[in-house]
Amino acid sequence: MISNRPITVAQMKAGERGRVIQITGGHGLVRRLEAMGIRPGKQITKVSSMLMRGPVTIQVNEAQLALGFGVARRILVELESK
Amino acid sequence: MKILLMGNPNVGKSAFFSRLTGVRVIVSNYPGTTVEFTKGYLKLGEEMAEVIDVPGTYTLEPTSKAEEVATEMLKDGDLVIDVVDATNLERNLFLTMQLLERDIPVIVALNVWDDTKHRGIDINVKKLEQLLGVPVVPTVAVTGEGMKELVSRIHEAASPPVSHRTRDERWAAVGRIVEQVQTVTHRHHTWLEHLGDASVKPFPGIPIAVLVLLTSFMIIRFIGESLIVYISGPLFNNLWAPLMMRLSEFLGSGGFLHDILVGKLISGEIDFTQSFGILTTGLFIPFGVVLPYVLAFYLVLGFLEDLGYLPRLAVLLDTLMHRLGMHGYAIIPTLLGLGCNVPGILATRILESKRERFIVATLISIAVPCAALQAMVIGLVGGEGWHYVAIVYGTLFVVWIILGLILNLTVKGFSPELLIEIPPYRLPSPRILASKLWMRILGFLKEAIPIVMLGMFVITILYALNVFDYIANFAAPVVSGLLGLPREATAALVIGFLRKDMAVGMLGTLSLSANQLVIGSVVLAMFFPCIASFVVLARELRLKGMLAATGIMIVASLVVGSLLNLIL
Ligand SMILES: Nc1nc2c(ncn2[C@@H]2O[C@H](COP(=O)(O)OP(=O)(O)OP(=O)(O)O)[C@@H](O)[C@H]2O)c(=O)[nH]1
Ligand SMILES: [Mg+2]
Repeated sequence: MISNRPITVAQMKAGERGRVIQITGGHGLVRRLEAMGIRPGKQITKVSSMLMRGPVTIQVNEAQLALGFGVARRILVELESK
Repeated sequence: MKILLMGNPNVGKSAFFSRLTGVRVIVSNYPGTTVEFTKGYLKLGEEMAEVIDVPGTYTLEPTSKAEEVATEMLKDGDLVIDVVDATNLERNLFLTMQLLERDIPVIVALNVWDDTKHRGIDINVKKLEQLLGVPVVPTVAVTGEGMKELVSRIHEAASPPVSHRTRDERWAAVGRIVEQVQTVTHRHHTWLEHLGDASVKPFPGIPIAVLVLLTSFMIIRFIGESLIVYISGPLFNNLWAPLMMRLSEFLGSGGFLHDILVGKLISGEIDFTQSFGILTTGLFIPFGVVLPYVLAFYLVLGFLEDLGYLPRLAVLLDTLMHRLGMHGYAIIPTLLGLGCNVPGILATRILESKRERFIVATLISIAVPCAALQAMVIGLVGGEGWHYVAIVYGTLFVVWIILGLILNLTVKGFSPELLIEIPPYRLPSPRILASKLWMRILGFLKEAIPIVMLGMFVITILYALNVFDYIANFAAPVVSGLLGLPREATAALVIGFLRKDMAVGMLGTLSLSANQLVIGSVVLAMFFPCIASFVVLARELRLKGMLAATGIMIVASLVVGSLLNLIL
């Protein structure tokens, strides 16, 4: 067992899966993300990211969400070992 | 009784609303289709209940203008039909919980029920009903399945005694419910899902986007041209023209009434592009030239909307659009603006910040030509050679970019980041596609016909009274000096305020050179918006924003027109 250091969603690679441990950001952003289904404890999978700090697409439950790079950097996840 | 249809974005509320009330509304496969509320009626026993289609919202603590509208509506509703996407139970139930905490009866429609099976989702409806304490009915809004049962159970809608909870408590409650009612079995990706994932990756997403846009453009042109060459052209030339010639003879081939109805005869004949009578050019522009392109455009747009492609395009374009002061989702209002600026400007409501709405609405009204204008430009300028049409489009595109860069640097505030849900690809339903196309065409005709007719009348009168001549004297230094157009073109610029297609048509009567046609078309596209877009612009941006946008418009169109005049 390797204990993973938390990384941000922006740093995840396409296809990787992780569990959200924290969202660093203003109250508004936390609430907005939460209402869309992203909150601590949720398992997410990264689908893709665009070049040049473009948006990141992730899968949460059955939904896909696109997040700006800045938002993706504020979501900390713990990678799941395969 | 006032019944509100509420739920997360893109769960099928509008499709549901159409089914319940028979009122057509736009249904598209992306979150944020509905930005205003629409009313309809439903017969419940003896009573006629008012049903309202509300913009989608993730939470009752609004984060955008459309969500604010939704939350406001809740205050004066009597009952809520909470439309829930059954394939996304957990997130949807969060809003359900908030609704249950309010003092209003709720009934839950478990929509998109048809998709649960192939997604391996199994939901115990009876159990869910028990746990929520309100009726739950599985439905399929696109086919109407479950609608009858839902309507028959509306009177059972309840407001169970739930105390106000904190957000964490709410999520915990949702979690407990989902755990008890839902089982998800693992399954493999379908080909549509693979395609969905591929189109948000830089590769092959970007090549796919280029292909989609080029193909769309070619299909629109092919359908539009075919309709003109094989249908509207022959109808006007072979059927309508002889009829109008008879009318012309009947009216004595001249005189005031003749000029109003038939217009001027060009070497003894009716010329639909030159005569400018209410029944000749007044019908030819909207039906003969513009309608074919409007139809073609909305057919293709409707297909892309219902497939679910637009949010993916937003992801691909996000980085570029941030440079222009918008985020990627602004591509949706912009594309709608290519059909008609009015729905485009209205759709800016899906954007979160005031600054972004201002930038996007201003750019639409200046640099995004509507289908009516485009159809006329293609018809008129295309006759001189395709590269001239390309110059018009190219110039407008460059203006869109440069103006966006400038606005991004000068307008105060910041534009928020992209944060959207990407819906699954769905094969468009022909019924919804047809219904949407019909609505948009009807909308175009209702708006265009009266104004074009009125316009023709006004033009004839103003010419008869020499008013244009008077205005032209004033405007000559600008119109001739800066833009290099004959002073008569002033009349077209003035009429552009009524409708742009008609104004381009007027340019066609002035025997301009190809370069002058290009300049005239570009200036008409950018200059003052037509009256319909002016009204929404004023409503959406308020007086101050509208004045600012108009100022930018006038300056930009004159600068660009003069530059073109120097270069060409
Ligand atoms: N398979 C399936 N698709 C559905 C169903 N209901 C709606 N849709 C599709 O889902 C998409 C969204 O439908 P809309 O009615 O526009 O959704 P809405 O909730 O009004 O969306 P907003 O106005 O954006 O909040 C459309 O493409 C519909 O065709 C359903 O029961 N089953
Ligand atoms: Mg809707």
